[in-house]
Amino acid sequence: MKDHYDIAIIGTGPAGMAAATVASAHGADVLIVDEQPEVGGQIYRGITHQSIKDKTILGDDYYKGQSLADAFAASNADHVSGATIWQVSPEREIGISKDGAAHLLTADQVIIATGAQERPFPIPGWTLPGVMTAGSAQILLKSSGITFSNAVFAGTGPLLYLIAYQYLKAGVPIRAILDTTPKSNRLKALPHLPGALFHLSSIMKGRKWIKALKSSGTLFIEGIDNLKITGKDSTEAIEYLLQNKWHRIEASNVFLHQGVVPNVNLAMASGCIHHWNEQKLCWHASTDEWGSSNVPGISIAGDGGGIGGAIAAEYQGRIAAYQALYTTNKVKKQERDTNVLPAQHALTHEMRIRPFLDAMFRPATQYRIPTDDATIVCRCEEVTAGKIRESISLGCAGPNQLKGFTRCGMGPCQGRFCSLSVSELIAKAQNVSVNELEQLRLRPPVKPLMLAELANLTTLASEDT
Amino acid sequence: MSPAYDSIVVGGGLVGSALAFGLQREGLSTLILDEGDLAFRATRGNFGLVWVQSKGIDYSPYAHWTWESAETWASLSNLISEITGIDVGYRRPGGAEICVDDKEFAAKRQKMKKLQSHSPHVKFEMLDQKSMAELLPGLSPDVAGGCYFSGDGHANPLNLLRGLHQSFKSMGGVINSNAPVNDIVSQGSSFTAKTKKGQFHGARIILAAGLGTQNLANKVGMDIPVHPDRGQILVTERLKPFLTIPLSKIRQTIEGSVQIGDSHEDAGLDVGMSTPILNKMAIRAVQMFPHLGNTRIVRAWSALRIMTPDGYPIYEQSEQHPGAFAAVCHSGVTLAAAHALQVPKYIIEGTLPTSLAPLRTNRFKKEMAHA
Amino acid sequence: MHEIEMKPSPKVSIEFDGQTLQANKGETVAAALLRQTHLAFRTTPVTGKSRGPFCMMGVCFDCLVEIDGAPNRQACMTYVEDGMRVKRQLGAGDTGVFLSDEEDTQ
Repeated sequence: MKDHYDIAIIGTGPAGMAAATVASAHGADVLIVDEQPEVGGQIYRGITHQSIKDKTILGDDYYKGQSLADAFAASNADHVSGATIWQVSPEREIGISKDGAAHLLTADQVIIATGAQERPFPIPGWTLPGVMTAGSAQILLKSSGITFSNAVFAGTGPLLYLIAYQYLKAGVPIRAILDTTPKSNRLKALPHLPGALFHLSSIMKGRKWIKALKSSGTLFIEGIDNLKITGKDSTEAIEYLLQNKWHRIEASNVFLHQGVVPNVNLAMASGCIHHWNEQKLCWHASTDEWGSSNVPGISIAGDGGGIGGAIAAEYQGRIAAYQALYTTNKVKKQERDTNVLPAQHALTHEMRIRPFLDAMFRPATQYRIPTDDATIVCRCEEVTAGKIRESISLGCAGPNQLKGFTRCGMGPCQGRFCSLSVSELIAKAQNVSVNELEQLRLRPPVKPLMLAELANLTTLASEDT
Repeated sequence: MSPAYDSIVVGGGLVGSALAFGLQREGLSTLILDEGDLAFRATRGNFGLVWVQSKGIDYSPYAHWTWESAETWASLSNLISEITGIDVGYRRPGGAEICVDDKEFAAKRQKMKKLQSHSPHVKFEMLDQKSMAELLPGLSPDVAGGCYFSGDGHANPLNLLRGLHQSFKSMGGVINSNAPVNDIVSQGSSFTAKTKKGQFHGARIILAAGLGTQNLANKVGMDIPVHPDRGQILVTERLKPFLTIPLSKIRQTIEGSVQIGDSHEDAGLDVGMSTPILNKMAIRAVQMFPHLGNTRIVRAWSALRIMTPDGYPIYEQSEQHPGAFAAVCHSGVTLAAAHALQVPKYIIEGTLPTSLAPLRTNRFKKEMAHA
Repeated sequence: MHEIEMKPSPKVSIEFDGQTLQANKGETVAAALLRQTHLAFRTTPVTGKSRGPFCMMGVCFDCLVEIDGAPNRQACMTYVEDGMRVKRQLGAGDTGVFLSDEEDTQ
């Protein structure tokens, strides 16, 4: 690691790898950092050392990540893995922790490519051991070959069907699939179908997964109106409401999923402006066509700025890299424009399916804003929906005051698994749109940092005293 | 225009809420006009000390005022708990300031002697490392020692704010948030506060708007000089209890997290973070308690203190417009009891007592005259 | 637990609450514990409820365990090493310096 780089990239998923490959190919001094020991992000996790013997289990889309990882490996970007990035300041001072030591370095350009996380799924019992996200089921499969027999998959969205299909291919018995997709979504998605037809093969792929699951004899129940998970110290059963009647399925493992949302904490704490996207029901980075944010020198690429999927992320990474190269005088305007043109076209094409997917798999209100007052919204501080509603009625103007009143969002996850629910809860209670509310104010360190690490930033102290 | 409220308090932070709580409790129908979700809110950055041992060393009226509040804090805590059931986390096990070396130790002793010369109730004890370590498990063997005073304590500032709001409301008080006051007009015996949510009329108006007080005070003929002073706080993950008493720069909350703080810097209205300062705070914390090095900071926070030219609180009533008051300070927790239990009586009487005269603004005019 | 057929991996042994267990080199502590169907990793400092891994990608902080004496480590972000001592984290973090209940006069 050096003290200064032309371009620093946060995240080694598809956007980050693509950006680093392009940027270093044009002579820029590039740093790329990630929390994980290996590249791939979550989507291509384990791609460089995949040891599952049967390649049909994870499927072709997964192994497509190999060429991206190969190209990146051939680049001469400085790759720092297994590191925590706890700060990107508006002046592009980057705080990195690795092996128990913290470092500060600077870059002329920073590309934040922090990817996605799963949308919170605040239902009764979602904090019980044995309840995990569908994404975590896939992480366990990709990185360790671990699966759970007789698990229940509940929720909505392509990733839910994909992981269930991967379980099916791997011969792992599934107890049930409880589909919460509202039936009315089909009608609302219909106007977006023409755009989606450019991606007929993707749609057909999804249909294939569902068809295979249904014809396998796996219990597949659609039109679920509500869910709760019960158990004393761990998951014992999942209960579901279907046509006004509650049913119960015993299970020790439940995988929940209702879409992915951008991982915005680092960019927000850097001062990048975000806005509420009502179609996608999450925060989006307010960036220009290059992914550049309002903070000079900081851009956002890939799912971290707004969900577009792995392929789109790759194009966005390339586009952001060319703009960073242009800004740092590594390429001329002409060269930038010629080079990004194909990526821009491909990105436009790639995004055509999104409005359809957003409408089709829009999670229903009761799974985003808990109806039951006893449901935990903030997992870290164990703050319930009822407590939040009570504080709003006491006059809490927004999430920041709410945090002070209830400790909601004050724990180690720093609002990552509650702030979306909180914003929607407050907006609903005050009968305003989420965009009219303030956002949870985030500050570094965006990930926990050891006190000794901060104390040992000696170079800084000596400079400043 | 007949006033709809007996009093309007501008500002819903710790100072405003405590005053409003007291006014409502004394039987005055009271309205709090508060800013929105992202107001500067010194309250949220308050360290939570109910602190005597470093207050007013060079200014006895402040030392006495602080002591009066500290001595009545238990009553405030009980009142809130009776009305709302909220535990504001008030404990008074004494408090200490750690001196890392002999130089700091000597300087602290000197200061405390000065404080005691005009405030004999501050029966402090200077303890060496060994005696201090008996009070504080985990204390580094390398520090010099420190000053212990049994009259110090602490509380949870966020619970206090919530407790004040909730008890104020349950006594019939009204809080209007998202309603920053743009203008104040005085007509006869009534004041009109203008906000984007409409106009509100009150027989009295009390400005407790922190850094916003200066502007509003001008509209009712007062000059309340304030400026921001940025303080930053580090907060660790929750740890098993190890600190029996609060320290001037480190405090373990009831929840178990350890707060490290008390930085001062002039950063204008910037509430961002500054790594060099956080670094210094971390160095000092680990210097005092080496075992904290292995714990994680889960949050850092910065907030703007409300500083007056001499650092002491200001209480004022407008000469031109009697019934218009102002109260600003940076010790919203320590002084909460005085604000909730004493000051409201003076406001209702319509005169600030002679004991508070040294905390009025004419002290600055005198300084000017001398200069 | 249902294990997929994988290329053989070198093994390491770690300790979990005093019990020795085999783990694959290169996997996370969370994966190693889940492989043995340990689902609950800790109790919360707020209400003492049981929790286990939820997101497996370092976002939720629910898989906190004590590793080699250090509290509040993310099991899903920490990779196994031979001889690692892992313990369930019960309530708030334990730094080795704390008060007995009687002393806790706060």
